[in-house]
Amino acid sequence: MAIKVIIPTPLRAYAGKRESLDVNAATVGEALAALTSQYADLKKHLFADDGRLRSFVNVYVNEEDIRYLQKDQTHVRDGDTISIVPSIAGGAMD
Amino acid sequence: MGSRSGVSATPVSNAGVSLTKDEILRYSRHLIMPEVGMEGQLKLKQAKVLCIGTGGLGAPLGLYLAAAGVGRIGLVDFDCVDLTNLQRQVLFGTGDVGRPKIEAAADRLRDLNPEIKIDTFEAHLTSENALDILKDYDLVIDGTDNFPTRYLVNDACVLLGKPNVYGSIFRFEGQITIFGYQGGPCYRCLYPEPPPPGLVPSCAEGGVLGVLPGIVGTIQAAEALKLIIGKGEPLTGRLLLFDALAMRFRELKLRKNPACPVCGEHRTITKLIDYAEFCGIRGEEAPAPPTTAPEITPRDLKARLDRGDNLFILDVREPHEYQICNLGGHLIPLGDLSRRAGELDTSREIVAHCRSGKRSAEAVEFLRRAGFRKIWSLKGGILAWSDEVDSTIPKY
Ligand SMILES: [Zn+2]
Repeated sequence: MAIKVIIPTPLRAYAGKRESLDVNAATVGEALAALTSQYADLKKHLFADDGRLRSFVNVYVNEEDIRYLQKDQTHVRDGDTISIVPSIAGGAMD
Repeated sequence: MGSRSGVSATPVSNAGVSLTKDEILRYSRHLIMPEVGMEGQLKLKQAKVLCIGTGGLGAPLGLYLAAAGVGRIGLVDFDCVDLTNLQRQVLFGTGDVGRPKIEAAADRLRDLNPEIKIDTFEAHLTSENALDILKDYDLVIDGTDNFPTRYLVNDACVLLGKPNVYGSIFRFEGQITIFGYQGGPCYRCLYPEPPPPGLVPSCAEGGVLGVLPGIVGTIQAAEALKLIIGKGEPLTGRLLLFDALAMRFRELKLRKNPACPVCGEHRTITKLIDYAEFCGIRGEEAPAPPTTAPEITPRDLKARLDRGDNLFILDVREPHEYQICNLGGHLIPLGDLSRRAGELDTSREIVAHCRSGKRSAEAVEFLRRAGFRKIWSLKGGILAWSDEVDSTIPKY
């Protein structure tokens, strides 16, 4: 099943500069695993050493935060979009 | 709301507040639309808004809030205007370079609208002064540029029960929402913790499309004005994402986290904390982790090159940086180094450089682990080279 994963600007450098990627997965966890197996550098940006998603990175299936679904066990279906949304601080940017 | 009778010789008033004839003319394009009208304009006149930061986001924000007639605008900043600000910080002109931002901003806003009051706080917002500075305002607009201040602003707003109109930007992407509005989700509900300093994109990977803070800041201004006049659907419980490159807006659901340490059911944060420590930063600025890479100063490098030493110059910046200026080195971006290390000769003496010395130190550490021994990082990078050796090299 084709799931679209949207890579945010700050992480594109670790994902071959791609804006999005189609992966085959049945859950969010599988989709992220497919992503990091293709782009190993992404792993440390998405996951802490204990394997949990980092607390400054949120993942959404369509509009919903997976923390309020079944986290990485959240099922995804053909046509779903997974968004990775890390926290960014910039404003004045001096 | 009831519409008031038309022409009046005396100023129209609301709870003792009224508009003068000049103000009526100034705000006439607001007054003739029912969504603002006299009632809304008087709310704006009575409103007190604090803008934290007068940079990229603060500039458009400040201009539109002042123009709209927000009666009292507080500005917090400690910086001075520099030339690199003018690419996006439209509050300032070339003549303002070197002036404190707060002073230049206040002058510009007073010129735009002398009817309003501008409060200036030339200070770093800190755990010691934040509650005192924030307490007199109805709402806060966060236009800062760093994680410690963002968490500080959030916690102070939650503790004081004030809405926080949030915007942040990176390159060509922005995030906008309102935190803490009528008990709604806060910044910590969205992101419980900041990234550790090592995982924050470095300045060289940063940059921002000049118009992006203009777009994000004006969205923040629109939300602030809507909150004040009490019209429309506030951007709360929704995280708005904007991508200027794709020219696309997306919206994600933003929920209140029951386990949030500052606004949740069992809060553990009941007063302001040490935000530098919370963000893993010692001291005021995020220091570069101490490097173990051997370094060479620009002057020493120049002396060796002048002597005719056969040094291999390795530039680990990105190709678009090479186009700005270069030392004629061999370009291998840091991110490609592991893949392309084979292009380098371990028997040669190598000097690696980047913009400021941070990436080249990383490159040297990596190459030393890979067996390179005669390798140094140019201390201070091409910026220091420009300062100490060749001033014709532009800085960026
Ligand atoms: Zn919260």
